[in-house]
Amino acid sequence: MALDKTTVANIAFLARIDIPEDRQETLARELSSILTWVEQLEQVDTQGVEPMASVANLALSWRPDAVTDGGCVDDVLSNAPEKNSNCFVVPRMVE
Amino acid sequence: MTYAIEGNTGRWTVVVGLEVHAQVVSESKLFSGASACYGGEPNDQVSLVDAAFPGLLPVINAHCVEQAVRTGLGLRARINRHSVFARKNYFYADLPQGYQISQFDKPIVGEGHLVLDMPDGSSRTVGIERLHLEQDAGKSIHDQVPGASLIDLNRAGIALMEIVSHPDLRAPDEAGAYLRKLRSILRYLGTCDGNMEEGSLRCDVNVSVRREGEEGLRTRCEIKNVNSVRFVMQAIEVEARRQVEVWESGGEVLQETRLFDPSRGETRSMRSKEHAHDYRYFPDPDLLPLELDEEFISKVRATLPELPDEKKERFIADYGLTPYDASVLVVDQANADFFEEVAKDRDGKLAANWVINNLFGALSKAGLSLAESPVTSGALGRLLDLMTSDVINGRIAKDVFEIMMETGAEAEAIVEERGLRQVTDTGAIEAAIDEVIAANPDKVEEVRSGKDKLLGWFVGQVMKGTGGKANPAVVNDLLRKKILG
Repeated sequence: MALDKTTVANIAFLARIDIPEDRQETLARELSSILTWVEQLEQVDTQGVEPMASVANLALSWRPDAVTDGGCVDDVLSNAPEKNSNCFVVPRMVE
Repeated sequence: MTYAIEGNTGRWTVVVGLEVHAQVVSESKLFSGASACYGGEPNDQVSLVDAAFPGLLPVINAHCVEQAVRTGLGLRARINRHSVFARKNYFYADLPQGYQISQFDKPIVGEGHLVLDMPDGSSRTVGIERLHLEQDAGKSIHDQVPGASLIDLNRAGIALMEIVSHPDLRAPDEAGAYLRKLRSILRYLGTCDGNMEEGSLRCDVNVSVRREGEEGLRTRCEIKNVNSVRFVMQAIEVEARRQVEVWESGGEVLQETRLFDPSRGETRSMRSKEHAHDYRYFPDPDLLPLELDEEFISKVRATLPELPDEKKERFIADYGLTPYDASVLVVDQANADFFEEVAKDRDGKLAANWVINNLFGALSKAGLSLAESPVTSGALGRLLDLMTSDVINGRIAKDVFEIMMETGAEAEAIVEERGLRQVTDTGAIEAAIDEVIAANPDKVEEVRSGKDKLLGWFVGQVMKGTGGKANPAVVNDLLRKKILG
């Protein structure tokens, strides 16, 4: 599968990664070759094979509904570039 | 009558589907052990999982799963024994993970339905497409720091049920009825408190229009986060009118996300959401599929309460209520219980009439909830007993009820204290009648010459003469005898 420049620019925008115009062509080529490599998997005949969610045949583990966590504002905010009134401060985002 | 918009080139009908986000009633969050309580100090109810610190895994809350199944059963829906959590990827400041854990092609609950109770007493069935579990996002606060927004993650990770209807709704009031009914069912089930002001119930509205009689659907717009029943109805109205104008002026409605502004009575395009539909869903590699066995589902089913539709049918069958009265009483479980206490061993219709028209009317006028009512179900029942045993008549009962609302006193005490007992002593009534007759010989003649309607005036005068306490049936009888012989 080949990705074009526009698709790369769109993916970059969705992930909010700034990719300069002159890098997009190269990235499109590199990503395309990765996809092509992965696409080899399509040669395997999977007719009648159930999708597998885990190699170990495990079941999803459930936990009881109890409050066992929280109350750690300082840890939560420890990586915040800026904070105010125990909140993260981000650029204004309102319609 | 079907709802239609009169355009310049003909009549248009509206097609509406609702996506409701209902916050699950639980102690802790969907995938973390932080508290799911409303409020709290900013970022105090946040685990490092909710804040998307690396190296931590989500673990599902068993109770939230049960609540989703319970809601599915209450919506008469298929429960999917195998469902899958998926990542819905988008970039926003209130979403630390950069994706929301949701469900995509394999939701926990499939097709179901809900019955609308319309004000004219009729019912209509609306299809439910699906219900899935997902995480809520954090809260943004915009008005505290100039040029910046504050993010509080207390809400991030709380379990939501997204309940999606089929595009089966055809009028604003049907959408209103749908929301009210859904809220009522959720509250009966105890799976969501239904509080729209606190945001426990939020609604996205999908609207499209088409010419009357036209098959197929035209492009729809999604109006995000409309937070009251009234606004949902208004938003549909204004959005449908806007779309009709666009089509009629030769334009095309674009599929987009819009915002309803109640103060201006208009919807606006949300440009920031232009790219938002590219969510790149994929199964969450941190979570195995959610498998339910029949035993689990049966256990949940066994604990379902009597739901509004069943209760309504029972009220109609057992108490002889009209479908409309029954649907009003069952909206809220507490209302229904109150009615049943009043109606026990009494005339159900009379009880319904008094609860709905007199009590609910008086409570709403006084701005009180049922729990704050000065008149208990027992006290109201005893007032009805005084009426049915002819101790007081219906008119006096209304006065007594007003005094009960003001003072909280017992009906019987009020009647005794104020001497309101019905006068059944024919002697006293006859005396009052004679007095009225003597004072109005001309009117007596008119009645005798065929003006029957005037008899009503006489009844009124006699009632006045007895302070309203006479038994109206006795007055009527005696009057006829005395005037018409």
